Amino acid sequence: MKSLLLPLLLTLAVALPCAASDAMPEYTLVIRNHAYQPATLQVPAGTKFKLLVRNEDSTPSEFESNDFNREQIVLPGSTSTVYVGPLDKGRYAFFDDFHRATGNGVLVAE
Amino acid sequence: MLGIALLVFREVLEAALIVSIVAAATRGVPRRGLYIGGGIALGAAGAAVVAACAGAIERAAGGAGQELFNAGVLLAAVLMIGWHVVWMSSHGRELARSMQSVGQAVKAGSSSLAMLLAVVALAVLREGSEVVLFLYGMAAGGAGAGDLLAGVPLGLGGGVAVGYALYFGLLRIPLRHFFSATNGLLVLLAAGLASTATRFLVQADWLPALGAQLWNSSALLGNGSVLGQALHILIGYDARPSGIQVVFYLSTVCLLVAGMRYASRRSSATANPSS
Repeated sequence: MKSLLLPLLLTLAVALPCAASDAMPEYTLVIRNHAYQPATLQVPAGTKFKLLVRNEDSTPSEFESNDFNREQIVLPGSTSTVYVGPLDKGRYAFFDDFHRATGNGVLVAE
Repeated sequence: MLGIALLVFREVLEAALIVSIVAAATRGVPRRGLYIGGGIALGAAGAAVVAACAGAIERAAGGAGQELFNAGVLLAAVLMIGWHVVWMSSHGRELARSMQSVGQAVKAGSSSLAMLLAVVALAVLREGSEVVLFLYGMAAGGAGAGDLLAGVPLGLGGGVAVGYALYFGLLRIPLRHFFSATNGLLVLLAAGLASTATRFLVQADWLPALGAQLWNSSALLGNGSVLGQALHILIGYDARPSGIQVVFYLSTVCLLVAGMRYASRRSSATANPSS
């Protein structure tokens, strides 16, 4: 019994914190020529996730969504982190508030 | 050109609505034009500094600097508005009696006026820094000088005009109810700012959402529409709020109303010690 308990506890001790920190999925959006790449991004429904928005242009952008209620200025050459969700299944539009004509995209939560 | 005008209009509108409520709330105060003008100038200067330091702000607090900065500015404004409305309640009776004594009373407690100046400055600073970054990007991205020269005044003028319209609309409220009305508006304004602050903290994962989307009324009135945005500032309207935003909104309303009641009861007790 004792011989089983120790490995079990050790496994839990190692696995639990990892599970907690690694559980959150990460996705990346790139802003290039004032447009999002990819313009359609598949994300999981029902779980919080981390969105990394990288701006490869030489001018600032503002990552914004009215559908999932986020706004974040992304400076040239930098990457901003935005936590999103958990979202219900569906389509959620986002845009670049500084470049409304070209900066448009959608998250598809499934 | 229209794109530039529209973005400038939306940002200026948000600040202008806050400034007009503050302007109405300080009606009858001597030299309040100086205070409000000073607040706007201070905010505009601050906006340029914030825009210039945007990179450093962004990198602070492990990348959550921008959210924390926004939330901090908003919560500071909430505290200052709270201070002002509670202070106003303890002077409510003198204020309602005559405009002359309003001036005297507010002069006696000018710390409250300084609080409102700071609220104006913070509102202009937050919205202004976004405009500065946007215009910098436009200019650097090769937007024509003509587009900028036409778009900026158009957006600025439009936003200021709506602010003035709200201000003169508020002045039509009968004097007897005037300060209860402006105090009520300030409470809702503060509650809305508190709700927006928590949205930034959820975005940075510093607060749990307690339900990422408590309801969705965007089919009725979307956050992106100009009316939705105006109501967002004025009463904290949000088409898709998270649970914690609603918790902060209601807590702010309850705390401020309780504070105002307490201050008003204490001041009437000192005014009529026999009763």
